[in-house]
Amino acid sequence: MRVTVDQDKCVSSGQCVLNAGEVFDQRDDDGVVELLTAEPGPEHAEETRNAAAACPALAIHIEE
Amino acid sequence: MTDTLAGGKVSADVPEYPMERDVRCPFAPPQQMLDMNDSKPLSRVRIWNGTTPWLVTGHEVARALFADSRVSVDDRREGFPHWNEHMLATVDKRPRSVFTSDAEEHTRFRRMLSKPFTFRRVEGLRSVIQEVTDECIDEILAGPQPADMVAELALPVPTRVISDMLGVPYEDHEFFQEHANAGLARYAAADAMQKGAMSLHQYLINLVEEKQANPAEDAVSDLAERVTAGEISVKEAAQLGTGLLIAGHETTANMIGIGILALLENPEQAALLRDSNDPKFIANAVEELMRYLSIIQNGQRRVAIEDIEIGGETIRAGEGIILDLAPANWDQHAFTHPEMLDLTRDAGQQLGFGYGRHQCVGQQLARAELQIVFHTLLRRIPTMRLAIPFDEVPFKHDRLAYGVYELPVAW
Repeated sequence: MRVTVDQDKCVSSGQCVLNAGEVFDQRDDDGVVELLTAEPGPEHAEETRNAAAACPALAIHIEE
Repeated sequence: MTDTLAGGKVSADVPEYPMERDVRCPFAPPQQMLDMNDSKPLSRVRIWNGTTPWLVTGHEVARALFADSRVSVDDRREGFPHWNEHMLATVDKRPRSVFTSDAEEHTRFRRMLSKPFTFRRVEGLRSVIQEVTDECIDEILAGPQPADMVAELALPVPTRVISDMLGVPYEDHEFFQEHANAGLARYAAADAMQKGAMSLHQYLINLVEEKQANPAEDAVSDLAERVTAGEISVKEAAQLGTGLLIAGHETTANMIGIGILALLENPEQAALLRDSNDPKFIANAVEELMRYLSIIQNGQRRVAIEDIEIGGETIRAGEGIILDLAPANWDQHAFTHPEMLDLTRDAGQQLGFGYGRHQCVGQQLARAELQIVFHTLLRRIPTMRLAIPFDEVPFKHDRLAYGVYELPVAW
């Protein structure tokens, strides 16, 4: 699994960290998404998919 | 008789919007909207000024339109379906804000507001929320019965938390609650709301100027710093601060009040929540309560800026769109037996916070508050019961945010 994020689209909702806190973080100053790992292991695959589905700005892309 | 609108014929018998809930089923969305959604996910409705925007009732279409960049929140655009006469009359007086701007302008405003609401910052506030909740419950238990859960718990918890976060003195909470309330009447005339909204705005202007002179560690000081840096005007900062203040206590307070009532009416579900120690179960329980109750009534207002084909219909550029969260959250294509409060279902796709770029800025704070308040209350007052007959509970049919005016309970 390979993950990319679009920081320009991000609206700082925090849904990604809520769902997959080991894959995503938010910048402290404005809450914009930061990717902690671009290739999460299988143990984080489902929560990463949930994060992408929950992102209101459609700013997370996953290549399986 | 037909009205001609942007290339489409609209029958004169389109239903009026907003629609009323059935007083016998006060948790349910208006039945008429559910019936409309049974036949199609979007239909024309007629609003206060005689125009006929689209009402979106379906979950999937709502989600798609919330995320569609051809759908604008800019209330100055022709065809925008304003809430009421007041909002139309004041459209050019209100500074642009996170609620009424699109694209890059919206992103700029939104990022100014996001700092205190990140997931990790809110996690760091949990101990404070817990403390405030416990203090309120201590006072309830030490006081007379019945106790009004709205005045004693639902309002003070979010009000104290947001006051602290914004740097608004809690002593002023009566002032801003009163004026925030004036701004949230559902069918307001133009002049009636003006006074309340304007004096709250002035209060925030004064506060921003004060924080420019004496900055502290709070959200209004952050906005004041941006004013000093020339990024935004004092009026824009005050508008953003007003939005946070109103949204930060009124909505959560209503959700707490009506949520307690829903739990009292579903004791087996309340027991599941009370007896759980699993943070994931507690978190999902709050999502399900949000889904079941959808307290934001009157719909999220938008206008199409290009033609959009969706759900078997064509929304033309310039046509108004109203996304109503309640029927979307009770759409049986998205949730089986939506009329049941079922804390064990996966409610992760609920739309109570909206969706898309304008999804609630304060959602992580609201979640933390709701998770802590419901769980703590059920544990500390397990024998809590409604102290008046259910049909005497006063519901807020006349407010933009649905809820209960008061909730007397005994134990």
